[in-house]
Amino acid sequence: MIPDEDIIQLEAPQLSSPERLYLPQIVDGMRVTLAHLGKSLFKETMTVQYPEEKRDLRVENYRGVHRLNRDEKDRVACVACFMCATACPVHCIHIEGGESPWEDREKYPVKFDLDELRCIYCGMCEEACPVDAIELTHTYDLVGRSREEMILGKEELLAIYDATKAEKPRKNPRITGYPGTGNPSAAGPSLAGGNPS
Amino acid sequence: MSWIENRFEEGLIVTSVDWAVNWARSNSIWPMTFGLACCAIEMMAVGASRFDIDRFGAGAFRATPRQSDLMIVAGTVTYKMASRLKRLYNQMPEPKYVMAMGACTVGGGPYFKHGYHVVKGVDLVVPVDIYIPGCPPRPEALLEGLMRLQDKIRHQTLAKSLMTKAKEAVLA
Repeated sequence: MIPDEDIIQLEAPQLSSPERLYLPQIVDGMRVTLAHLGKSLFKETMTVQYPEEKRDLRVENYRGVHRLNRDEKDRVACVACFMCATACPVHCIHIEGGESPWEDREKYPVKFDLDELRCIYCGMCEEACPVDAIELTHTYDLVGRSREEMILGKEELLAIYDATKAEKPRKNPRITGYPGTGNPSAAGPSLAGGNPS
Repeated sequence: MSWIENRFEEGLIVTSVDWAVNWARSNSIWPMTFGLACCAIEMMAVGASRFDIDRFGAGAFRATPRQSDLMIVAGTVTYKMASRLKRLYNQMPEPKYVMAMGACTVGGGPYFKHGYHVVKGVDLVVPVDIYIPGCPPRPEALLEGLMRLQDKIRHQTLAKSLMTKAKEAVLA
């Protein structure tokens, strides 16, 4: 029970006679409306004219469509270790490994299928990859009319790398093959999670 | 418009009418309000001023299936919702289109393996025209999907399809 002295009785304020016409309020409201109208007519508008004008993402690590990187000899950088497929929480990566024709690694992906529809763009594959072969690009407007066209194969993912390497260079181009078998003298300035010496 | 579709032989008049009908249809796609989960927030962002789906004539979100052409399924479709979704789809007038937005709608998404309650893809319930991947997709991706749908509508025709012709040939 609330004591009576704690209860505050409120009454609506009495309006004066010009206020009772509501004209000042209407004028006030119209001023705000017209100010917004003038702003949107004569100053810049907020709308991004999307297909013509693309908005700057402002983030370096935006996670969009994947790509498969090439190493410095234009071969696929992936070594078919299945780390990304294991890390993937939705099992959208399907790899078929085969014996590599090159000397610096044992395996390479014969088939690398990535279901863009099932993917949730969490970036775990990128984190798991020991050779930084799979990366997520800034491409965010991929849509499809069927499921089949949204399963990207190895060649398509490599083509995405070719198309996006200018805007987002490969994170760590030094590493190819197994870590340790590369040439440490050609080390870049930074190596995430490793020791260049 | 299903009463007029697939009923005419191809010709000059039909192609002109095609153009007019498709122009009108593709530039006034009224979507149905069908936000189920977090993707709906992106769908609302598309309706707001920065992305402004009204530029494509698709800003009139209807609260009833009877007035809508497009169902943007935005969010996780549970088995319980699937029956309602199917009913709402059946209540929409022809021509009707479905856009599957987001990983959950398209294929179960993060619930793909252990989600006992999630439909593994809305195309198990209703036919899907446009798939938009992402978790959630950016508003631009939804606009891109809308443009792809407009492309699809622009290629429709009132003339008899090959299938209709074949059926008639069998019946004759």
